[in-house]
Amino acid sequence: MIQALSGLNFIFGVIFVEKIRSLCDINVGERAEVVELETEGAMRRRLLDIGLCEGAVVKRLGQSPMGDPSAYLIRGAVIAIRKPDARRVKVRGI
Amino acid sequence: MGLTADSTGFSACGEFSVSRKSPADKIVALAGNPNVGKSTVFNALTGLHQHTGNWSGKTVAAAEGYFKRGDFSCVLADIPGTYSLMARSREEEVARNFILFGGIDAAVVVCDATCLSRSLNLALQIIEVCPKTLVCVNLMDEARRKKIRVDLDALERELGVPVVGTSAHDKRSLGVLVTRLEELCSGKYIPKPRKLRYIKPVEEALELVAPVVENAKILDGIPARWTALRLIEGDEALVSEIKSRMENSDNEALSEAVSDAERLLEQAGISDGVLTDRIVSCIMLNVEEICDEAVSGEVSGELSKADKVLTSKALGYPIMLVLLTLIFYITIVLANYPSEFLSSVLTKFGNFLSDKMVNASAPEWLRGALIDGVYRVTAWVVSVMLPPMAIFFPLFSLLEDLGYLPRIAYNLDRPFCKCSACGKQALTMAMGFGCNAAGIVGCRIIDSPRERLIAMLTNVFVPCNGRFPMILTIISLFFVGVSGFFGGLLSAVMLTGVIVLGIFTTLGVSKLLSLTILKGEPSSFTLELPPFRKPQIGKILLRSLLDRTIFVLGRALAAAAPAGLVIWLLANIQINGNAVLMYITDFLDPFGKFIGMDGVIIAAFLLGLPANEIVIPLTAMMYLQSGSLSEIEPTQLAELFTANGWTRVTALCVIIFSLMHFPCATSLLTVKKEAGGKWAALAFVIPTVCGIVLCAVIANIAGIFGA
Repeated sequence: MIQALSGLNFIFGVIFVEKIRSLCDINVGERAEVVELETEGAMRRRLLDIGLCEGAVVKRLGQSPMGDPSAYLIRGAVIAIRKPDARRVKVRGI
Repeated sequence: MGLTADSTGFSACGEFSVSRKSPADKIVALAGNPNVGKSTVFNALTGLHQHTGNWSGKTVAAAEGYFKRGDFSCVLADIPGTYSLMARSREEEVARNFILFGGIDAAVVVCDATCLSRSLNLALQIIEVCPKTLVCVNLMDEARRKKIRVDLDALERELGVPVVGTSAHDKRSLGVLVTRLEELCSGKYIPKPRKLRYIKPVEEALELVAPVVENAKILDGIPARWTALRLIEGDEALVSEIKSRMENSDNEALSEAVSDAERLLEQAGISDGVLTDRIVSCIMLNVEEICDEAVSGEVSGELSKADKVLTSKALGYPIMLVLLTLIFYITIVLANYPSEFLSSVLTKFGNFLSDKMVNASAPEWLRGALIDGVYRVTAWVVSVMLPPMAIFFPLFSLLEDLGYLPRIAYNLDRPFCKCSACGKQALTMAMGFGCNAAGIVGCRIIDSPRERLIAMLTNVFVPCNGRFPMILTIISLFFVGVSGFFGGLLSAVMLTGVIVLGIFTTLGVSKLLSLTILKGEPSSFTLELPPFRKPQIGKILLRSLLDRTIFVLGRALAAAAPAGLVIWLLANIQINGNAVLMYITDFLDPFGKFIGMDGVIIAAFLLGLPANEIVIPLTAMMYLQSGSLSEIEPTQLAELFTANGWTRVTALCVIIFSLMHFPCATSLLTVKKEAGGKWAALAFVIPTVCGIVLCAVIANIAGIFGA
């Protein structure tokens, strides 16, 4: 059963591997790899500071009571990011 | 040009400066990401008591401490926590300038063992400019619990500088840190810092510029590669810093080399804007290489169970309210006992003093001024205001050390965002509970200047430690007794209601400000949710209890004593047969009545400008001086107030006005210092107008219904 599931996971992985999405669109519990930062200025600096650069692996952990912001696992730390900011971080599923 | 402390001084660092006690002292900078336990390490080493708490940005101002072991003496500078040294924000610039030009003998970078990769990002940047760096991997115990293993020897090999593992509360590990720091400072340990490798075009560009920097001795003593890279980046902060430091900074060979390097990068497809990104990515690649060698074990990658509940849709907000009410409840119940005790002891002691003075045939005016004036107001402040403050504050510190405050900010960010403000404002409000002036300074954690001003101007809507005992006293005098389980609980619930009113007012005023004088969109923000940490309960309780007690006693003496004297004088100096105090309170009376109070209360609020703690004691004092009652214990306040015409409407208006009126003098001066006089004036006007309007509405509606 587990093997079958991981097999399914593999197939889905192959199909969706190149699909670029926004960080805010990944599901709670899902992991993704950062492809591009479309932010500028202060926010871009802040994101780079916390290690959210190209190639970083991010996982969405949950969302706050009113649905925004969401908490992400970034390089071992839990960081809350608002939806409009997360929208500008492009990721691909892994 | 030697960049020693003597030749450069600290003018470059603005308000931040450190000096040696004796020539043999070493100056060591303590750097690190926010919330990695920097202040804890600092306190453990220096024996000082910098306030600690479990959230990012707690230490916004730099601190300096001193420690000595054997022949090794050291001035330790705790610089603000930063994520990088790119000098892109004010704190980063202060941190970088201090490391570059502060004449430091060594730097200690405190890292978080539970997310080492992010800490190493900063550590590598610091090692790059200051090879004499010691890496302190803190929170080793927490990492062990999370099943993350950090191989310190491997880390030391990879970094080429001394690495020490510490757990904040493990004294022995700090001993090792001092020993290795001494070796580093004395030159016994010669660091072989890891050379950061960049991508090929960047390395080629560096080869063009670095030798020229080296030859021209630009920023002598700082690795030429580092300076060269900043020049290629066009780092304006550093370029202007160099210009101010070098008489002959116009170096033709250098500018030529820099333009060559820029052209080279351009050809490789790395334009100005992208270069910094590439550099950051390169550093992160270096970090990943190091972590592969030195770190094993994976972070669980789940929110903790506690977090799932505390930030859940159903329970997030109710739990916040219940916790706040619970803290108030404990405060109310526990404060009762010391309050009664202090009150009876201080009254007896006052009578004793008074008798002594009469026996010593001291003049009556002197006895009156000292005992009825100075002593009585001070005693009231101590017995009525001190106990709730001394109990609330440690309890709140426990929540802070546990790490709950960032969760509050996380839960409340959405409402603040809708009001075009920053979720971190919730953190500054939480600080305001302790002291509004501290909350206003804390607003520095908010990056956007617009949102920072909003947070500063509205901080007063959180009743500080000096005001909430006042609100609490009135609630228990006029609405519910504090006796018994339900009495205490009801008081706590009402107090929570007042806080919630304050929060909604904060949101409303924030919205109003961002629609009018502080127009703008909410800026982007990131907020770290640190893991919950078990607070050192005993230490916090004792520490904040003592700190609070001393702080409050100090304020009480400084503000209450002179105010008590002034009131006694006003009440006893007569013009045309009437006391001066009468003229003043009579003058204020119509306005006071209009907003549901009276002239005496307004006068007390005005006199309470230096410290809000004294408003209730002053009110009682003025009633006593002008009325027929002459002797009264603090427990009889209700009778005194009722005898002077107080109703529940009066009490309600006093509560509202306590919540919303001009902040204390300290807070106003803090706003002036942080933002300027214009904003301090607004910080005075906005809450006062809110309070007057709301009280007037309440008083006049109550008047219609004949209450």
